[in-house]
Amino acid sequence: MRPASADRPGWIAQQVQWLARRARMDIWLVFHPRTLLRSAGVRFGLIYAGLFSISALALTAFLWWSTAGLLDRQTDTAISADTQGLVERFLERPNSLVETIRDRLAANVDDDAIYLLADASLQPVAGNLEVWPAMVTSDVEWMEIPIDRAGVRGLARIRQILLPGGFHLLVGRDVQARAQLRRILGDALIWAPSIVVSLGVAGALAVRSLFRITINDVAATAAAFSRGDLTRRVRVTGMGDEFDRLAEEINNMLDRVAGLMDGVRQVSNAIAHDLRTPITRARARLEDASRNARNEADLHAAIERAQSDLDGIVAVFQALLRIAEIEAGARRSAFARVDLGPLLFDLVELYSAVAEENGQVLLHDIPPILPVFGDRDMLQQAVANLLDNALKFSPPGGTIRLDAGAVGRMLEISVADQGPGIPAEDRARATERFFRGESARNTPGSGLGLSLVQAVAMLHGGTLRLEDNRPGLLAVMTLPVLTVANGPQTRS
Amino acid sequence: MRILVVEDDKDVAGFIVKGLKETGHVVEHADNGRDGLFLAASENFDAIVLDRMLPGGVDGLRLLETLRAQGNQIPVLFLSAMAQVDDRVRGLKAGGDDYMTKPFAFSELLARVEALTRRGKTEAPTTKLTASDLEMDLLSRSVRRAGQKIDLQPREFRLLEYLLRHAGQVVTRTMLLEGVWDYHFDPQTNVIDVHVSRLRQKVDKPFPTPLIHTVRNAGYMLRAD
Repeated sequence: MRPASADRPGWIAQQVQWLARRARMDIWLVFHPRTLLRSAGVRFGLIYAGLFSISALALTAFLWWSTAGLLDRQTDTAISADTQGLVERFLERPNSLVETIRDRLAANVDDDAIYLLADASLQPVAGNLEVWPAMVTSDVEWMEIPIDRAGVRGLARIRQILLPGGFHLLVGRDVQARAQLRRILGDALIWAPSIVVSLGVAGALAVRSLFRITINDVAATAAAFSRGDLTRRVRVTGMGDEFDRLAEEINNMLDRVAGLMDGVRQVSNAIAHDLRTPITRARARLEDASRNARNEADLHAAIERAQSDLDGIVAVFQALLRIAEIEAGARRSAFARVDLGPLLFDLVELYSAVAEENGQVLLHDIPPILPVFGDRDMLQQAVANLLDNALKFSPPGGTIRLDAGAVGRMLEISVADQGPGIPAEDRARATERFFRGESARNTPGSGLGLSLVQAVAMLHGGTLRLEDNRPGLLAVMTLPVLTVANGPQTRS
Repeated sequence: MRILVVEDDKDVAGFIVKGLKETGHVVEHADNGRDGLFLAASENFDAIVLDRMLPGGVDGLRLLETLRAQGNQIPVLFLSAMAQVDDRVRGLKAGGDDYMTKPFAFSELLARVEALTRRGKTEAPTTKLTASDLEMDLLSRSVRRAGQKIDLQPREFRLLEYLLRHAGQVVTRTMLLEGVWDYHFDPQTNVIDVHVSRLRQKVDKPFPTPLIHTVRNAGYMLRAD
């Protein structure tokens, strides 16, 4: 109801309060640990964040170790080479060492080299350190020491060599730069977790929402479908990825389900309409007999007629079940090599007697050998149904033709009659269950004959075509020719 | 004949038992699989009419498999609402001799039960079938009636042979379709009637007494009377 204008601000406030409460509840619901862990999106997000953190940490650690190690090795190599050069120079001409040290210091642009030559009492002779570092005793070879050069404190890696004559030579490199790098990397390591975590969380949220978008569409489609919207389908993005494949599979399944539902609906409608009539008739006969029969003979007659009505209903049921069984495809397991030649000859023999009785002619043109891969009983029944129809609808004196032969990769079995045929506009519907054309209304039959033929043809990978025979109906059932590819080899 | 009916539905069982008794058979009835198995294994019957879905933990298939495992070769006719081809195949594979689906016509059931019991007795290979003045020689594939040769098409010969083998029994149209043509479906038109009437033209028409009789609501019977 529309609120009165005087209440309007109050109403708005109420709405806002309600919305806020809703939002709080939503947040609580979403972030409640149990809810969170139950969401596959959150789980995937967490897994993503975890993997991301681990890989980020591993990368940092690797960078540190490799960079610092490389610098260390480089420094050590430089010191070793330097030392070797100086020692060789000293051994050649002991007096020139002081000069060499001076030259090297002068040539050292980066100002990171450290040299110190001291005598036996550790008094500096040459070099850029003012005093012998106290930490370096005579038994030390490699060491890392803090140094003080021109008032600047630094860190140095040094090597001590004892030279003949009691001289001590100290060669080193200022490694302040490396220490700085280490500090930077250390700082980065301190900051990294928070960056990694925030990036991880952002990534996780992205993964989760991607996941949700896809899943939500599938879930929404499935929900809509089960609510009865049989036209709804999962969106296919066209990128051809895994989600698309899933969506296509789901859509195929939904198509099949919708088709089956449609079939079921069609059949149940048909049953409601077409079986009600004979059931009503049987019931009416029995009721009429129980009320009005004057003697036993009347009763017997009524009961017998009702019985035959019921037999008719049972026959229709059996035909329906048979079609359903065939359409479900369960009978493919019983397929074997069948030679249609003799099978068709037998049917011609069976039906030509009936044709003769009706004053009709049944002609045939059948090659002696026509191998197919299929179900013998069902193929017999399908062709028998076509012949039944043709005989039923052909006028006395009419001609019916049963022809068979291979056309390309398909086998065609055609039955042509000279009856009223099926008007073009009805032909597409003629194979629907219970469909009966205007001209067929007054002939006996269930309206299931062609449905069964079509079901059998489709089960075998073929089709049923209905055409105009001018006059009459031409029904053509096609079946795939038996090749090595579509049927297992016979044992013989 | 002694016939055992194993069927849990009271009305259906009553209907079968009454019908079989009226036609002169001795009938025992069990309404569950356990009792049925006990009766079948402990007493001598000429045939069993067996439902597939039975209460009591032993269904029709189990019952029959147990009997067959004991070496009992009694003819068994399945009578079941399970009508799919696979069900039928399973029933016959388990050792059933015949399979009928519900709903059924009693005349069909009777005809099939009697055919089953007869089958057991005429197992010896015969070369000659006769009924009244009709003679069929299976070796030379010739037919004579009252000394007069009758020319039959191969299918007519087989139809007459089937009728002769079941002489004195009702054979239904479905039995003829299965037995003579090996068809397992019901054509909508009266094909069987047409073929029987053609056979009559040759076998009965030229002679004073008919041998092939129509049995109302059931089928045909070849009878010498």
